[in-house]
Amino acid sequence: MAQASENGGARSRAPLPLWVTGTLKTVGSIAVTMLGLVFITFVIGRVMPIDPVLAIVGERASQSTYNAVYTQLGLDKPVVVQFGYYLWDVMHGDFGMSLLNARPVSEDIARVFPATLELATLGVFFGIFLGVPLGVVAAVRKGSWIDQVARVVALVGYSMPIFWLGLMGLLVFYGMLGWVGGPGRVGIFYEDIVPSVTGMILVDSILDRNWTVLKDAFSHIVLPASLLGYYSLAYISRMTRSFMLEQMSAEYITTARVKGMSEWDVVWKHAFRNIRVQLITVIALSYAGLLEGSVLTEIIFSWPGIGSYITTALLSADMNAVLGGTVVVGLVFILLNIFSDLLYKVFDPRAK
Amino acid sequence: MAEQSLRQWLLTDTPTSRRHAKLSALYHGWLSFRGNTMAMIGLCILLALVAVALFAPLLAPHDPFVQDLGNRLAPLGTDSHVLGTDSLGRDILSRLIYGSRITLYIVALVALIAPVAGLLVGTVSGYAGGWVDVVLMRITDIFLAFPRLVLALAFVAAMGAGIENAVLAISLTAWPPYARIARAETLTIRAADYISAIQLQGAGAMRIITRHIWPLCISSLIVRVTLDMAGIILAAAGLGFLGLGAQPPSPEWGAMISEGRRFILDHWWVATMPGLAIFTVSLAFNLLGDGLRDVLDPKGGE
Amino acid sequence: MNIWKHTLAGATMAVALSFTSVATFAETPANMLVVANRIDDITTMDPAQSFEFAGSDVNQNIYSKLVNFDPLDYSKGYVPDLAESWAVSEDGKSITFTMREGVMFQSGNPVTAEDAAWSLQRAVLLNKTPAFILTQFGFTPENVAEMIKADGNTLTITTDKRYATSFVLNCLTATIGSVVDKKLAMEHEVDGDMGNAWLATNSAGSGPYSLVSWKPNESVTMQAFDGYYGGKPAMERVIVRHVQESASQRLLLEAGDIDVARNLNPEDVAGVRSAAGVTIQEELKGRLMYLGLNQTHPVLSKPKVREAFKYLVDYEGMQNSFLNGQYTTHQNFLPATYLGASNENPYSLNIEKAKELLKEAGVENLEIEVGVREAQERIEIAQSFQNTAAQAGIKVNITVGTGKQILDRYRARELDMSLEAWGPDYPDPQTNAGTFAYNPDNSLEAKATGLLAWRLAWDTDGLTPLTEAAVTEGDTEKRIALYQEIQAKFRETSPFVIMFQQIEQDGVRDNVKNFTTGEAISSADYKKVTK
Repeated sequence: MAQASENGGARSRAPLPLWVTGTLKTVGSIAVTMLGLVFITFVIGRVMPIDPVLAIVGERASQSTYNAVYTQLGLDKPVVVQFGYYLWDVMHGDFGMSLLNARPVSEDIARVFPATLELATLGVFFGIFLGVPLGVVAAVRKGSWIDQVARVVALVGYSMPIFWLGLMGLLVFYGMLGWVGGPGRVGIFYEDIVPSVTGMILVDSILDRNWTVLKDAFSHIVLPASLLGYYSLAYISRMTRSFMLEQMSAEYITTARVKGMSEWDVVWKHAFRNIRVQLITVIALSYAGLLEGSVLTEIIFSWPGIGSYITTALLSADMNAVLGGTVVVGLVFILLNIFSDLLYKVFDPRAK
Repeated sequence: MAEQSLRQWLLTDTPTSRRHAKLSALYHGWLSFRGNTMAMIGLCILLALVAVALFAPLLAPHDPFVQDLGNRLAPLGTDSHVLGTDSLGRDILSRLIYGSRITLYIVALVALIAPVAGLLVGTVSGYAGGWVDVVLMRITDIFLAFPRLVLALAFVAAMGAGIENAVLAISLTAWPPYARIARAETLTIRAADYISAIQLQGAGAMRIITRHIWPLCISSLIVRVTLDMAGIILAAAGLGFLGLGAQPPSPEWGAMISEGRRFILDHWWVATMPGLAIFTVSLAFNLLGDGLRDVLDPKGGE
Repeated sequence: MNIWKHTLAGATMAVALSFTSVATFAETPANMLVVANRIDDITTMDPAQSFEFAGSDVNQNIYSKLVNFDPLDYSKGYVPDLAESWAVSEDGKSITFTMREGVMFQSGNPVTAEDAAWSLQRAVLLNKTPAFILTQFGFTPENVAEMIKADGNTLTITTDKRYATSFVLNCLTATIGSVVDKKLAMEHEVDGDMGNAWLATNSAGSGPYSLVSWKPNESVTMQAFDGYYGGKPAMERVIVRHVQESASQRLLLEAGDIDVARNLNPEDVAGVRSAAGVTIQEELKGRLMYLGLNQTHPVLSKPKVREAFKYLVDYEGMQNSFLNGQYTTHQNFLPATYLGASNENPYSLNIEKAKELLKEAGVENLEIEVGVREAQERIEIAQSFQNTAAQAGIKVNITVGTGKQILDRYRARELDMSLEAWGPDYPDPQTNAGTFAYNPDNSLEAKATGLLAWRLAWDTDGLTPLTEAAVTEGDTEKRIALYQEIQAKFRETSPFVIMFQQIEQDGVRDNVKNFTTGEAISSADYKKVTK
């Protein structure tokens, strides 16, 4: 061992290639962020004026039952020690047991996260494929009727209380017209039919080639996903328009036009090229927002996702579940950001 | 005559002093803003909102807290209850009018706290670079990576329910995106030639940030803030919905929606009226933001 | 017929088919019962630990008990289940049960007296939340092997003193009285937990259904047990799905995607009544809604003030408006239908009377905080009270919080007033008398947080010994008289303003017969349900 460290410390070694240091930096920053996240969540768990023991045993338990659970949770140990234990477990991928339903938190998350992932992904696709073209056209034809329509669509989407729209959507499309499935991820008769591989029913049913379940699952997801998609569309189209306007008034665009370049090329090859980076950041933000789980949407559509999972856990002082959920959501968020940062570096020569 | 000359003085092409130039620029901005119908509509709605909040006792037909269990869930257009009554028989219109005070209060406070904090962190981080950037951005990332509702909920749960704590909680979750946007803008601007030129002239970092970087960041921040306004109001409502925001019987609009959502299938107006109020106000904010953007954005302007 | 019409019809069909996969099932399969309910309170399926409404609803169908209820007639009280008969000893302290022969667990193991004894011992040894239901008879981890004993085909339970036999048997009908398959559970024992971890998500009972799956906050699925000794139930599968919103439950019910909706609010109940194919089924439940006045408060502890508050509640107004059909005025701590329950409700809203009483007590400018759990009906009750109290010159500030937050403060005696609900733990009057009217040590150090009287710092004005006497009284008539006496005094002097008793209104599809949620004394029972 001593020899190895001697070698490692040798000065003669060539400097590490750039991508290695870059990767190390990235990994380091993820680690620091995650540590901060875990720490803050842990502190929140401590300062919450909800007694986790009471949350488990309920109000009728005797004092001896209470004491037993208190010790079992390790609450009799110093806070620093508790944090140490927790961190150790998390690094080994163990989020502990949910205090309230007596099963591993990791198992719970593996169940609820795919539900949110499925919904958010479909939603953000909706937002991108409609929002970006809408924003671009609105910017190019600034002041035209298309711009006005785009503006109204976005503003309405952005200003509408989501649960009202959700309930009304359910009432009309499910209750009255019967076009879509009701609350829940899949009809009750189709539950547990396809084997769970990814946890996303749409994907699982395709893997299982069970088209009936796929159709049913789709009929259930289409309404909440378009609802979330509408919100993401509103945001994405507005930001796209704003970015595009900035570009369209730039000098190089005028130059390109003077040179006789077609409007299509001006818009898509020049202006749009230059907003890609900003746009990706916006989309990543929007996607991350959806991945946190839209609590109200999940409640209205009885969608068992991570947003309602964390909220329920928080309000019932199930701190292991809150910590686990937060760490997972945080990690996803960080990864998305790194992804957009990477693209930033690849596409934008100005940002070093 | 005096007005006429003032107008001319403001519209001059040859300003006589620094102050003159500034006022002149502002006036030009106002003129272009005034030409934007949508923005003016937004402004008018917001001014009306302020007026309604100011004169609430004069405008409200009923006491917003008086109950009448015998006349609950009255439909729209009922005698003396134009917008009907809620679950406890209180006049919805009066509650909406008084609720405008709370809404303005929340919006004003959050709009003051969050973007300013974000701008400060973002520009300093972006301009200074190095370890300052690393530390600030790590902190921003941590807060950004936090599920927003969890953070807000936890904050209010720890500090106690109430409207002030709800405002702080929302601000706490709202500032990181501003910081990131401000930083991204700063990074782009920092590399620009004219900044180097100013630097060569010997301008200090403080001066460059406040005079040259902030004005350029403000446009995107304003777009973002106005876009966030509805979200802020709804977030406050979400907290109220979980019993952690405005406490009953306070006529906070969001709380009114959550009270009324139980009746959405048969008595849709109870939740819809406050929903429409929120919708109108946030629409106004969005329209105003768009207009302001055109005026304030030095790049897109003339 | 032109070609366009065909094409159009075809396209319409295709679109319709692709979207209406749900609509093709206008109703649930004939041998399946689908229930929508809020099941987010379930924390475990282990009967020694399960203590929530939704959990009891599941356990009632998975496990058989020594004695149980007949879902077609709850007024009969407890009837034989796994115990065919029982006999009480001379001194009244021992009950000997004779087990039913030839009953099988779902695993195929035979049900023996040893299984029954072990199940009860296990509950005492594990000492989870509901353990107090058994330990109140003097069972401790040390003596339980002696006190609960199996001998061949009989099981003998010996209590520390003489109790009313009905009291003991009523306690055994609670979830904690479930008989668990000892062999199967012990096969899954981890670290001496007597199968606690495994039973949290699995079943080992002899009831009409076995547990297929429980997904927290999603669903519980049960499968009929072919070998159930009472005959295989008609419903092959029962699925209870978690649906939070009343409006969503109503839409599902009206569309025929579920058979029963259990959490409809009064407005949706009214809506469902007018829908075709659905009826509203009502059952009086044991849950009470009350206001508690903290007796550590200098003003609220005055007897006249306590009385005044009982005149400040608009019982009738609330019952006829936002609580319509789901709560009925009830001013006694024993729920209607319980042994000895009084149905006298002497108080009604009377602002003048309340003002007079407050004046006599010398109260002026009173401002108090009331803690309310985040539930719309409770917030409305609180606001109605706030309104009527204001008319008598009392300023009431409402603090809304999650159940857990409010509970913590209530137990710490921190709130001036609490708006709370209480549901009985087992169908015997002692379950409520023992908490509302019993508080042997009122000191802060006693920390008797499980007793409502202690939480309000009320020494019960001499009701504690009466409550003790009632629970050991062997003669039913005398017992009833005692409870009547306690309730009469309680109504007048206690710091509890008991307001309402709950009525559950379930939306049920017309073709569903014999569905019950167990009325005020038991839990949902599916074995007799037909469609």
